[in-house]
Amino acid sequence: MRILLRIFLISLLFLAGCEGAWNDPYGETVRRGMTLYSSFTERPKHLDPVQSYTEDEARFTQQIYEPLLQYHYLKRPYELIPLTTLEVPNAREIEGGKYTVYDIRIRPGVMYQPHPSFVADNLSLDRRKVESLKSPYQLPLGTRELVADDYIYQIKRLAHPRLHSPIGGHMNDYIVGLADYAKKLRAADRGGWLDLRQIPLEGVERIDSHSFRIKVRGTYPQFVYWLAMPFFAPIPWEAERFFAQPGMAEKNFSLDWWPVGTGAYMLTENNPNSRMVLERNPNYRGEAYPSEGEAGDKESGLLADAGKTIPFIDRVVFSREKEAIPYWNKFLQGYYDSSGIGSDQFDQAVRMSIEGDVGVTPEMEERGIRLSTSVATSIGYVAFNWDDPVVGGASERSRKLRQALSIAFDVEEQINIFGNGRGIAAQGPVAPGIFGYREGREGINPVVYDWVDGKPQRKSIEAARKLLAEAGYPNGRDARTGQPLVLYLDTVTRGPGDKAAFDWYRRQFEKLSIQLEIRSTDWNRFQEKIRKGATQLFRLGWNADYPDPENFLFLLYGPQSRARSQGENASNYVNPEFDALFERMKNMPNSPERQRIIDRMVEIARRDAPWIWGTHPKEYSLRHAWLSNDKPNNMARNNIKYLKVDTEKRAELRAQWNKPILWPVALIALILVLSALPAILSYRKRERMAARPAA
Amino acid sequence: MLAYIVRRVLYAIPILVGVNLITFLLFFVVNTPDDMARMQLGTKRVTPDAIEKWKADHGYDKPLLWNARENSLTKTIFFEKSVKLFALDFGAAEDGRDIANEIATRMWPSLALAIPVFLVGLAVNITFAMFMAFFRATYLDFWGVVLCVAMMSISTLFYIIGGQYVASKVWHLVPISGYDGGFDALKFLVLPALIAVIAGIGSGGRWYRTLFLEEMSRDYVRTARAKGLAESVVLFRHVLKNAMIPILTGAVVVIPLLFMGSLLSESFFGIPGLGSYTIDAIQAQDFAVVRSMVFIGSVLYIAGLLLTDLSYTLVDPRIKLE
Repeated sequence: MRILLRIFLISLLFLAGCEGAWNDPYGETVRRGMTLYSSFTERPKHLDPVQSYTEDEARFTQQIYEPLLQYHYLKRPYELIPLTTLEVPNAREIEGGKYTVYDIRIRPGVMYQPHPSFVADNLSLDRRKVESLKSPYQLPLGTRELVADDYIYQIKRLAHPRLHSPIGGHMNDYIVGLADYAKKLRAADRGGWLDLRQIPLEGVERIDSHSFRIKVRGTYPQFVYWLAMPFFAPIPWEAERFFAQPGMAEKNFSLDWWPVGTGAYMLTENNPNSRMVLERNPNYRGEAYPSEGEAGDKESGLLADAGKTIPFIDRVVFSREKEAIPYWNKFLQGYYDSSGIGSDQFDQAVRMSIEGDVGVTPEMEERGIRLSTSVATSIGYVAFNWDDPVVGGASERSRKLRQALSIAFDVEEQINIFGNGRGIAAQGPVAPGIFGYREGREGINPVVYDWVDGKPQRKSIEAARKLLAEAGYPNGRDARTGQPLVLYLDTVTRGPGDKAAFDWYRRQFEKLSIQLEIRSTDWNRFQEKIRKGATQLFRLGWNADYPDPENFLFLLYGPQSRARSQGENASNYVNPEFDALFERMKNMPNSPERQRIIDRMVEIARRDAPWIWGTHPKEYSLRHAWLSNDKPNNMARNNIKYLKVDTEKRAELRAQWNKPILWPVALIALILVLSALPAILSYRKRERMAARPAA
Repeated sequence: MLAYIVRRVLYAIPILVGVNLITFLLFFVVNTPDDMARMQLGTKRVTPDAIEKWKADHGYDKPLLWNARENSLTKTIFFEKSVKLFALDFGAAEDGRDIANEIATRMWPSLALAIPVFLVGLAVNITFAMFMAFFRATYLDFWGVVLCVAMMSISTLFYIIGGQYVASKVWHLVPISGYDGGFDALKFLVLPALIAVIAGIGSGGRWYRTLFLEEMSRDYVRTARAKGLAESVVLFRHVLKNAMIPILTGAVVVIPLLFMGSLLSESFFGIPGLGSYTIDAIQAQDFAVVRSMVFIGSVLYIAGLLLTDLSYTLVDPRIKLE
């Protein structure tokens, strides 16, 4: 114990010599300049924009890579604006609508971050030289201007035989010649660097050094949204050539690990097990902070920096936090600038008034912590398998059964119990903030709700029972056989905490005297069951790729059936009228006519009730008083360039909140010494004894 | 002795093949190559073609154990993925990153935590056990045992969360989690090391106390006391020396395994070691990493057992390895 104590005291002395608070987890090197401190939970699998598709990865890639377009930071509904282009490209139909072309003009003078691949000598390195490197940035660095060829090169990479782009298959259906291009590349691939410049792609044509054309099959208005994703970010051929050199892969030097972009930041430290550091790209051209926003932005200070050149922050330190408790405590200590709110911390952080207004608790208020909320462009739902003989199909019997269950399943209660009130009950498939979504009375689902006293009110359980009886299941029994109705819900087991949720699910069905069997399994088996159509009911969700109703309504489009064509329609719902309307709607620009079609589609879906329209989650995030310009954005993650930190205020508050308390250590030491005394005395007494006492 | 070592090394080969086969079977009972592809490619917009392409590119497009079409054992996933392990060629993880490089990077944080915990823990546990043995059948021994039972009844997770709460959140003495290289690592390691040592005192103290008490009842101890040796001399020079074989049995075998890291501590304290690497790989269904880590663990365990046998000859000259 004394050894332990000594070690502990030596450590304390060491800590006393450290600058800053003793519990400050950051070293001196990352404390310089205006630094933003953030965290990540899952280590990114891919930082190559052709492969990366997750939120966790987007937090890094979207600061580094610049696709052609971006979303306006402040305006809502979401609006596409140019990023590296001179304007948002217009679609131009050719050959009588057989194809659509997009002529894209790149902004001149956009430079890449410093990178060794832009130095010619670094493209023919000796293996031993590569083996001696700890980071590619130890080599001489260079840069060059962004050109149209870099975008063309990246589009070609969607078909690369050794890269696995998640949207490769989807784009094969649209970009002319991409599917054939993939075959050509497979034939040409001999391992090593595959120079895509030498193999032309029919659907992408270079016009001049700063312009190119993309040719898309048919009409696909949503294509421009893809141009705002990192899949359409530029990749210089030199970077691929550089990382293809012998010895690079063994050192984990690859584009998947060391991104090369034109964005506001560059990745300078890549340790996805512990820490990732982004630093300001010295070659970044700068961008003006937006001067316009939505109502309320000015009042909340979001336009205070209008017109100023961004980025404001010099460095971003992302630390890996796998566990929620240390993460939350570090946020409270001021070592993270912003934080989400876990269920366990919700009561400590947020208080709700009787009127339903939300705010931070006095404890948070005292620290100057502020709360931001936004409704996510996503939906969580319970789906009925349309191919199931009991709950599926277009028959009156199954439709009324689904409608009855939709009424009985109290989504509002679910949000309150399991989501701490963080969400709004969905009235249909389209999420708020997306064109086609309707607010207020005209937006409610009349199958499930009535409009009472200016707000939607769920229909009574009697209405559900009536529908159930009309469906042929009076009192939850099959009128033809007299057998009780037993339904099966497939779901994924997340842990022991699921039990309460499963019990709640059963209770919802018991309201109609229907028995619910929960079949919980792991994610793989769950997905397999959905793919094979071997489910009856199941829980699922969707997070929008882009802010267009097509991205939600296609989840109910018949030809997208998961069981029949491995598409995204997991419930396998089919309705010919809905499908025909979808065909018309998907290629239309936003207009009153499009709204009318969407209204009709939503009406059909509500009536058929292929899903129990679940929840649009509400995202709550906290930020310290020293962080400004932070506005939730569900469509893009390139927000860091807009943020600003008052570093002096942060340092002052951190020091104030984290003063070391030493007296307990002294007290423990004293107790240990005092407790050792009787033992020492007893030991001496024994050593002086003439004979041993009997054991 | 050399013949003994060679024989033990040869014995290790079928054991490693068996371990590898069991790992393979267990992994593929719950995961299929399609599942692995979906895990890597994500769940959105993934086409069957993309899955086939991923499998072909990663060598998972062959039969698992027996290639009936080619009547071959070698053109299978098991053979192709396993045979390189014996040459310590771990290849790349499913996300393309070199496993050997990852292991070389992550073994140091694991060792930085595990070695102090092992050495200090051993010293503390032996000292505490000696203390209880010295005061056997007194109130100090009684309360020592009570303390041990109480300490071993508490979950390690409680020590970790409680330690983080008290030392970092309330007293602000050390960072709650994180890691840095060089001397900066010390401030991140103090708390997890201290917690790991304290959490191990209960079981360790009781175990060593039992060993010492057993030794103290032997004739040679009575002889030593009869000679008039001080109790401390009897304990440290005679009892401790003779209790070394069971101590070594427990201690030496874990020395190579220190390399594998601590799953729980690394996760809670954000230490980027091999323990968290293994957990991440299991969660990500990364068979290449799981297989490599299990293989390394087996090799180290076998090495630990061999080292234990060899250490017997050092502490007891009567033992000869033949």
